[in-house]
Amino acid sequence: MVNFYDNEMKLEFLSKSNNEAFARITVAAFASQLDPTIEELADIKTAVSEAVTNCIIHGYEDTEGIIKINCKLSANSIIIEISDNGKGIEDISIAKEPLYTSKPNLERSGMGFTIMESFMDEVKIESVVDIGTKVTMKKTIKREENLEDILEKTKD
Amino acid sequence: MNTKYIAKDKCLILEITEEIDHHTTENIRRKADYEIENYIPKKVIFDFNKVTFMDSAGIGMLLGRYKNIRMLGGTTELVNVKSSIKKILEMCGILKIIPIREECA
Repeated sequence: MVNFYDNEMKLEFLSKSNNEAFARITVAAFASQLDPTIEELADIKTAVSEAVTNCIIHGYEDTEGIIKINCKLSANSIIIEISDNGKGIEDISIAKEPLYTSKPNLERSGMGFTIMESFMDEVKIESVVDIGTKVTMKKTIKREENLEDILEKTKD
Repeated sequence: MNTKYIAKDKCLILEITEEIDHHTTENIRRKADYEIENYIPKKVIFDFNKVTFMDSAGIGMLLGRYKNIRMLGGTTELVNVKSSIKKILEMCGILKIIPIREECA
């Protein structure tokens, strides 16, 4: 088998809310191989948390199912796929709108997809009603510029 | 969550001690509402000193408490917010109604 990526990991867990922290910490630990800044790592953790929470409260609602995470590293980018076999999204463009929530009674902010899109470089959502939803996110870790540039910046 | 009430200022300080996500907000929400209804404070300060992570569930939780506090005639403020959390608060535009204060009163 040819491996197209530098590294890869897969994670499967039950759609329990106490797995949200487990999921984002695990993905962050894997991503740390790319030597991200603390801020970039925080962005990844937040985006993963949003996607996993969506699987739990929207995909599976009150039922229990499996959430899958597939992470790939390629050069200095991380690609994170988060998928469920839940109820799916009827209209993705409405779901993506800032402040839109299908569950206003739960005090949700409706900012999940907006946060994923602004914290990651690319976000792709694929969904089929009654089959499931897959969110694919990509982030490129910016390498530090050469030493002179850093010294120049820290001068003042 | 740790609670401190300054009676002379009618100020309730709620120090959140865990990461804020969908899982933890239910507990934070319940405890905060209990203290708010108990003291009916003029000012509620959420101390974020120990909060290392917050996602959009935290935004929903803060907005919900803000509404409850305002209904009882009080204001809401945040202190000791880390830059990664400030980024989310700014993006969601809630700092206009729930401002960040430099220091605890």
